[in-house]
Amino acid sequence: MLMRISHLYVRYGSVRALHGVSLEVNEGEILSIIGANGAGKTTLLKTISGLLRPESGDIDYRGRNITGERPDRLVRMGICTVPEGRRVFPNLSVKENLELGAYTVSRRRLRQQLFDLTLHTFPKLKERLSQDAGTLSGGEQQMLAVGRALMGNPQLLLLDEPSMGLSPIITKEIFSLIRSINAEKGISVILVEQNAHIALEHSHRTYVLETGRVVMEGLSDVVKQDPAVIEAYLGCESLE
Amino acid sequence: MELLSYVLQQLINGLQLGAVYALIALGYTMVYGVLRLINFAHGDIFMFGAFTAYYLISKWDVPIYLVFPITMAVTALLGFLIEKIAYKPLRSAPKIALLITAVGVSLFLEYFLSLNSLFTPNYIGFPRPFEVTGYDLRLFTITNVQLIIFAVTALSLLLLYLLIYYTKYGRAMRALSHDREVASLMGIPVDGIISFTFIVGAALAGLGGILYGFAYPQINVFMGIMPGIKSFIAAVLGGIGIIHGAVLGGLIIGVSEVFVSAFISSTLRDGVIFFILFLVLLLKPSGIFGKWIDKV
Ligand SMILES: Nc1ncnc2c1ncn2[C@@H]1O[C@H](COP(=O)(O)OP(=O)(O)OP(=O)(O)O)[C@@H](O)[C@H]1O
Ligand SMILES: [Mg+2]
Repeated sequence: MLMRISHLYVRYGSVRALHGVSLEVNEGEILSIIGANGAGKTTLLKTISGLLRPESGDIDYRGRNITGERPDRLVRMGICTVPEGRRVFPNLSVKENLELGAYTVSRRRLRQQLFDLTLHTFPKLKERLSQDAGTLSGGEQQMLAVGRALMGNPQLLLLDEPSMGLSPIITKEIFSLIRSINAEKGISVILVEQNAHIALEHSHRTYVLETGRVVMEGLSDVVKQDPAVIEAYLGCESLE
Repeated sequence: MELLSYVLQQLINGLQLGAVYALIALGYTMVYGVLRLINFAHGDIFMFGAFTAYYLISKWDVPIYLVFPITMAVTALLGFLIEKIAYKPLRSAPKIALLITAVGVSLFLEYFLSLNSLFTPNYIGFPRPFEVTGYDLRLFTITNVQLIIFAVTALSLLLLYLLIYYTKYGRAMRALSHDREVASLMGIPVDGIISFTFIVGAALAGLGGILYGFAYPQINVFMGIMPGIKSFIAAVLGGIGIIHGAVLGGLIIGVSEVFVSAFISSTLRDGVIFFILFLVLLLKPSGIFGKWIDKV
């Protein structure tokens, strides 16, 4: 097991956003976390990445307790994030954004390999290396955000709503790229999505989060057959 | 011909003053970039640099080529300590708390250091370690002090530019000034880079203090106040947070000040700087180069 989260409680001031969330991430899997607006998905990812400190609960990663560890230290341990809303550095060039992603990678050879891998995965970025990231389209910015996280040589990639604001075609493209990163490089992924449909389609296992609690978990293929999930998250859309 | 040469002469004098302002303004602008803080104590770091150089030269006979690095190291340490002791504990406090603390640090340095056993409240003659000589270039005269100021300022600007645009630390500083949270998600040690920014800015202010002492050899524990305010205005004029803006702003402020006292009245020299601030805030609050700053 790569990561085990147990009984995580997180609050913003007096408002509690996570009420004892427990989950496990297996080595090499894509784990999706679905839930409606305000369910606490981003809060969970921010706590894993070290931006938020939990009130109580533990996060173990590779057998080590990393609860409350600083974000930059977690990056050094291989936990890299693609934040909600992409948040590329708009007036830095695409190349500089990617180089920032490799901030913790000090070996030159490895940095070059990661750079080649990233451009191989996202060839669209290749033509835009010297362009300011702020001038990219939404889809390209999302690719840059994922590429930037890949540059950190992750073992666990945290993705917060990669589909946000993107057309279905671009979303599909990005998800299949995420799958190939996972399959080819063995990078584990925690994928947070409001778009339950696509998240269930592209993940191995899924947790359903409701108002800060895990209400269901299981293999994605099983979860997507669940009547309650179909009712609440998949609507009348048919599953392809 | 007379007039032209007079104007050129004043321009040189203005650029000399402006170069010092530029060195101070850089510290304001860099710190603002990473912390969104106007570091009011920055002018006092400049003062501390002038006094450090004074002690090194007149009390301890340190050779001039060592005065520069030692002074810069001392002010860098001061900047580092100010940030660690006074500002870091307030990282998540409201901005106004930070601002008030900065004013407090400034007042503390000024009044604590004006103790008679320390820098004293008196004006002290700054010992130039060399004779001032002028070189007559027909249209105007340039002094060796001015040549030193221009050369040292240009060299440090070049180094700073390379640091900020071509090293990973510079890239980290720029990333931090856009989005601290995401910068930390890139593995950037945020506190470390903030410290580093204070160190660089304070070293430049220390350098400014030495050069100021060479050019205007009377130093005093309150000498940082007006140059500090003017350099801050220079940073705003150029666009706060923007490196080349601080340099251009510094030069404009220095030249305006000298021109006003040469052509209008020397009692107006400070007034005109505040008038410039007034115009900037009225016409383009984001400053000359400020397009990206939308939430000052
Ligand atoms: N900075 C904050 N301060 C106070 N409350 C917050 C803050 N951020 C989030 N919350 C609250 O915490 C709860 C969980 O928010 P969170 O952003 O984790 O939801 P989410 O599942 O990511 O939603 P979305 O799908 O809209 O991104 C919400 O009720 C939200 O209002
Ligand atoms: Mg969210």
